[in-house]
Amino acid sequence: MAEMIILQNGRIIDPLQKRDEIADLWMRDGKIVNRAQGIPGHARCIDLGGKWVVPGLIDMHVHLREPGEEYKETIETGTRAAAAGGFTGVACMPNTRPVNDNATVTRFICEKAGGCSTHVYPVGAISRESKGEGLAEYGEMKLAGVIALTDDGVPVVDSQLMRRAMEYAKSHGLLVMSHSEEFALSRNGCMNEGAVSTRLGLRGIPTAAESIMVYREIALSELTGARVHIAHVSSATSLDLIRQAKKRGVPVTAETAPHYFTLTEEAVDGYNTHAKMNPPLRSEKDRQAVRCALADGTLDAIATDHAPHSILEKEVEFSAAANGIVGLETALPLALALVHEGLISVNRLVHLMSCSPAQILGVPGGRLAVGDPADITVIDPERVFTFSAEKSYSKGKNTPFDGWELRGKAVLTLLAGRETYNDL
Amino acid sequence: MSADTFNITASTSSATKGETLIDTAKNIEAMNPDIIVIRHSCSGAPQLLARHIGASIINAGDGSHEHPSQGLLDIMTVLEHKKDLTGLKITIVGDIAHSRVAVSDILGFIKMGAVVYVAGPATFIPAGIENLGAQVCASVEEAVDGADVVIALRIQQERQNDPLIPSLREYSAFYGINKKRLEAAKPDVLIMHPGPINRGVELNPDVADGPGSVILEQVNNGVAVRMALLYLVMGGDKSGDAQGSQ
Repeated sequence: MAEMIILQNGRIIDPLQKRDEIADLWMRDGKIVNRAQGIPGHARCIDLGGKWVVPGLIDMHVHLREPGEEYKETIETGTRAAAAGGFTGVACMPNTRPVNDNATVTRFICEKAGGCSTHVYPVGAISRESKGEGLAEYGEMKLAGVIALTDDGVPVVDSQLMRRAMEYAKSHGLLVMSHSEEFALSRNGCMNEGAVSTRLGLRGIPTAAESIMVYREIALSELTGARVHIAHVSSATSLDLIRQAKKRGVPVTAETAPHYFTLTEEAVDGYNTHAKMNPPLRSEKDRQAVRCALADGTLDAIATDHAPHSILEKEVEFSAAANGIVGLETALPLALALVHEGLISVNRLVHLMSCSPAQILGVPGGRLAVGDPADITVIDPERVFTFSAEKSYSKGKNTPFDGWELRGKAVLTLLAGRETYNDL
Repeated sequence: MSADTFNITASTSSATKGETLIDTAKNIEAMNPDIIVIRHSCSGAPQLLARHIGASIINAGDGSHEHPSQGLLDIMTVLEHKKDLTGLKITIVGDIAHSRVAVSDILGFIKMGAVVYVAGPATFIPAGIENLGAQVCASVEEAVDGADVVIALRIQQERQNDPLIPSLREYSAFYGINKKRLEAAKPDVLIMHPGPINRGVELNPDVADGPGSVILEQVNNGVAVRMALLYLVMGGDKSGDAQGSQ
């Protein structure tokens, strides 16, 4: 028997169809369908009482750690955390062990992802083993399921290799995502360079380490005509470069992460390793620039850079601690804060967390049209809750937001009509 | 002070076998020490220990963060000569960026009412040092001009794989403290150095051994300051009478 779900009295927000109204949304067999006459007896009706119904959120930047570091996260636990955060799709970075630089690893990830709580879109490596020497086999990886390429975690140091990667990726219709970092400037650094790093005696990473490489990627995109996506943008100067490039028509897109618009370098105080990530938390000026860029369209997407680690990597000397924080279960509440503050509209939020990631990655979703897969996130924008790392679904508890009181969250997540999270 | 002491260095501890700092400290704690004095190459290591173990922690220098007891002994040394630090011009010359002594001196002397100036090539001046209250001078001459105290920092030759200066020779020529540069300072200027000195690099021998040099007094005061620290951390009487309540 066909499975029918009816979400009743939700505020349906579907920017791509310019729709924002209180209505019912009907789904059958995992797809959105037209409203029929009368409610069938077997239909499952869920009254949402005005809660928001948006296209399933897509996180274009997560580390699922499998294969190789299953003690930090697995595809199963990571996607469960994603579903709890309102996501129906995640793009997973290739810095696993082994690196996802070949079709065998890609197929392993896709197999593991089957039946999990979100779609999993593997991102392949730009270079073999992400060592920056020689291209990985993009064609083979694409056939196996890879939707984009990056050496995330490390920069592509060799500009000629990056140029060839963009050209070759273009031939295969794959997007290149850049981890923009000039290693010569950032090496041994462990936080933003400035008054706080000086006070704490920690080696700093200047914003120029990011912006120099952002400009290189823009220049190479102009040279090759290839699309390039700048991952985890953290600084004002990088955003200026991206803004100017977009004005010139360069096919560049960019994402930031919630921590960059929520926290600053001050969070490192006390040698808090849960405030250590790469790129590092920046100054208040940079935080404000990130917020502006989210509003004015310079930034296309909010992605988490979800980077689970165990206490083995985090309960150590600050300079020895691993980079990264988990983010899947706090991203939406932190982004909703921007809506509550009036910085961005609800429509813009949905663009940043669903429509644009789908479009940039070239994956389904970001829309609630009849016939589309029923990948849906229901948001209660007013639900106040205290985030607890201990109770989170991710194996990683490394978050600076533990114990924060947050307003608004996903309360129901559907993946092709299947309930993957319910906190109604 | 009749305390029992036990020295552990990284090379003889299990750190070389992959033991974490917290585990090493917990093992030490299991021997019931009252105080752990730690010097560590990572900034913040003493803070990490303090969060995880019960013994009192004394920071004996962490990375390029702080060297609190050196800061205290430097204050003591100046106090013995100047009586009051208010308004004194204290100049620190050298690799401020990689010096834990510099940060403790800046914070300590400013707290005591002095005005602290720093000088060195821009490669030695860390971002935002003025946020700690230090005034950055364009030249060593400007920094020394009218100074009551000049503190020269050790140029760490082992750091020369990061090209901060072209050569010790050039550093000495442009930033080394010598008799001629000191002419602009106050006549009773004190010369200090946290040691060990690179003679002829940051300090010329004529200055290191000159009349204003109190470098060996610093060493002597270091003993007193560290004894006092141990005494106070153990809950000693803060009235200053060590015989008092114990």
